[in-house]
Amino acid sequence: MSKDNSILEEFTSKEYEHGWSVNFEADEAPIGLNEGIIQWISAKKEEPKWLLEWRLKAFRIWLTMTEPEWANVNYPKINLQGLRYYSAPKQKKSAKNLDEIDPELIAIYERLGISLNEQKRLEGIAVDAVLDSVSVATTFRGTLSKLGIVFCSFSEAVKEHPDLVKKYLGSVVPMTDNYYAALNSAVFSDGSFCYIPKGVRCPMELSTYFRINAANTGQFERTLIVAEDESYVSYLEGCTAPQRDENQLHAAVVEIYAGAHAEVKYSTVQNWFPGDKNGKGGIYNFVTKRGICAGDYAKISWTQVETGSAVTWKYPSCILKGDHSIGEFYSVAVTNNYQQADTGTKMIHIGKNTKSRIVSKGISAGKSQNSYRGQVQVMKRADNARNFSQCDSLLMGDRCGAHTFPYIDINNASAKVEHEATTSKIGEDQIFYCNQRGIATEDAVALIVNGYAKEVLNQLPMEFAVEAQKLLALTLEGSVG
Amino acid sequence: MLSIKNLHASIEGTEILRGINLEVKAGEVHAIMGPNGSGKSTLASVLAGREEYEVTDGEVIFKGKNLLDLAPEVRAREGVFLAFQYPVEIPGVSSTNFLRTAVNQVREYRGLEALDAVKFLTLMKEKMKLVEIDQKLLSRSLNEGFSGGEKKRNEIFQMAMLDPTLSILDETDSGLDIDALRIVSNGVNQLKSDKNATIVVTHYQRLLDYIVPDYVHVLFKGRIVKSGTKDLALELEEKGYDWIKEEVDSAATV
Ligand SMILES: Nc1ncnc2c1ncn2[C@@H]1O[C@H](COP(=O)(O)OP(=O)(O)O)[C@@H](O)[C@H]1O
Ligand SMILES: [Mg+2]
Repeated sequence: MSKDNSILEEFTSKEYEHGWSVNFEADEAPIGLNEGIIQWISAKKEEPKWLLEWRLKAFRIWLTMTEPEWANVNYPKINLQGLRYYSAPKQKKSAKNLDEIDPELIAIYERLGISLNEQKRLEGIAVDAVLDSVSVATTFRGTLSKLGIVFCSFSEAVKEHPDLVKKYLGSVVPMTDNYYAALNSAVFSDGSFCYIPKGVRCPMELSTYFRINAANTGQFERTLIVAEDESYVSYLEGCTAPQRDENQLHAAVVEIYAGAHAEVKYSTVQNWFPGDKNGKGGIYNFVTKRGICAGDYAKISWTQVETGSAVTWKYPSCILKGDHSIGEFYSVAVTNNYQQADTGTKMIHIGKNTKSRIVSKGISAGKSQNSYRGQVQVMKRADNARNFSQCDSLLMGDRCGAHTFPYIDINNASAKVEHEATTSKIGEDQIFYCNQRGIATEDAVALIVNGYAKEVLNQLPMEFAVEAQKLLALTLEGSVG
Repeated sequence: MLSIKNLHASIEGTEILRGINLEVKAGEVHAIMGPNGSGKSTLASVLAGREEYEVTDGEVIFKGKNLLDLAPEVRAREGVFLAFQYPVEIPGVSSTNFLRTAVNQVREYRGLEALDAVKFLTLMKEKMKLVEIDQKLLSRSLNEGFSGGEKKRNEIFQMAMLDPTLSILDETDSGLDIDALRIVSNGVNQLKSDKNATIVVTHYQRLLDYIVPDYVHVLFKGRIVKSGTKDLALELEEKGYDWIKEEVDSAATV
């Protein structure tokens, strides 16, 4: 431990030489990105030496990388030196009250049926709601720990379960994986850690919603889920409610490890600030999510409902290494106004008799661009691999775009890969039919869109599905008629 | 209840309705007959408020209101119901879910409280009997994969659920076998009261044996060229439409 500290000191003092100083009392790192900042973050979080070194290694790799440009999205270059890379959970923020909240936002929250208390929490104002969720978390924590389940923040996990973190961190998404994954590895702030021991079926949905850290885990989240052999867990990510987030860039990494006969379901409903009607502002969401079915008969299922962010770049993937393992990807991606989404999945069949299923439902409205990008790769020894992909696009109006980029790479003759794609327009006659039954156009659109996305929404846990339905309607409000 | 005066409507620059006049009172059943392409569905669509049609002249008063000023969903809530000739499919949306949305929006407009799930299902069960429709059909996606007969039956079921004042049935008999025709007509007849009215669009007299009209009108080239009682329908059945066409043409040359 003392050795860790001395190395830390060495690094920090080195930065001092360059005339750069830090204030350890502050909750925020200075703006900019360099090794000093990374040391600062690591020190702030009292991390062990190995983790600091891991971060620095990632940073050095990242420096040699260039931003990917293959995605079908356009945005001005992000000044990564202009960002702040660490901001601790805000304590009670002084004197901000409800009156200061954008009335437009309040209206949106109200339409979603979110209580004022919750609104306050979302705005990072009140701590009571946050405290509420702490008590919720602790209640559950008792139940969970009896089963040997670990569910805590990533930082806590580093302190309390360093061996597990060390073993699995970067094992599914290596720091070299891509530009944003490398950046995340260098500067990640916090996130969730979840460990399900062998043979344990997690009795409840685990959700970041129930954790205090969730509110402010910041721009570079790191989530690690480990499901040992024969275990099961269903994990819900983040926001079931709109999170107005001032951060411009989000580059999260999620890693899932599933042992033999283990099953992990990972659900996301993403509704970050999409920018305004004119395409101003909004989050850039550049996320790397990947799971490995490491053991035989393992199963990983991704379900995502993407409604927010100005630019989305996201491909939750499965490495099907174990024989008979199964990967699934269910996605609804909605874009409106000037939003751009390039999302899809990668299914990499390595083991024998592996199966994957892709159901992607894109919905484009306004002047948005919505792309599905999916890769199905069947390796040489993956005998009898099966894939079924269904990629549907729904267009609303004629100024938006829907694109499908399927990549299929098959190296085993016994593979069976099916790809179906449809593009349809939301029909005037469908809307008129609804109108004729007394249903207002907006509600008609919501009905039709939810019907279209049903196969995906059905994969979500009940309460989540209801939220997702409301969100879809909200996102598309005013896009027809 | 409904008063149509000199109604002209066109689509993509082609005039389809060329001066329709029609008075419908509460408690009445009117049949509109006429050869294919004469404008029957167009009339139904214009009354229901389909935007593709441009009304170029005339007026429609419904329960004292200028119907043409109202949005389609408001017309529906006011009590105009159209049983479509070709009901559309809405994938992934069950009839039950669809109807619950519709019924509650209509109820809200009429100042009634929304029905909760239990009350709604009770109402549904009651109305299902009217057209002998199966619950299973209603849990499936709306009209998706329904047979022609099932779609028509579902239209009348929806009519029963929405309790309209003016129902327009557009070729509800087409695609129905004789048993289904009897069941559907039976449903329509049970829904009849002295407070509501029905316009039955058909080109077969067969349906009118079951739903007996008070008046029969012949629509031809966008105009009502002849009106009469049920006997007119029988006459048409016997003689076809040619004599009407001849009458119209000779009148035009005079
Ligand atoms: N979109 C359209 N453009 C041009 N003509 C149309 C269009 N839709 C319908 N029509 C024409 O309008 C006329 C009346 O059609 P319709 O009202 O469906 O007749 P009916 O129901 O009596 O058989 C037909 O001649 C038909 O071809
Ligand atoms: Mg017709």
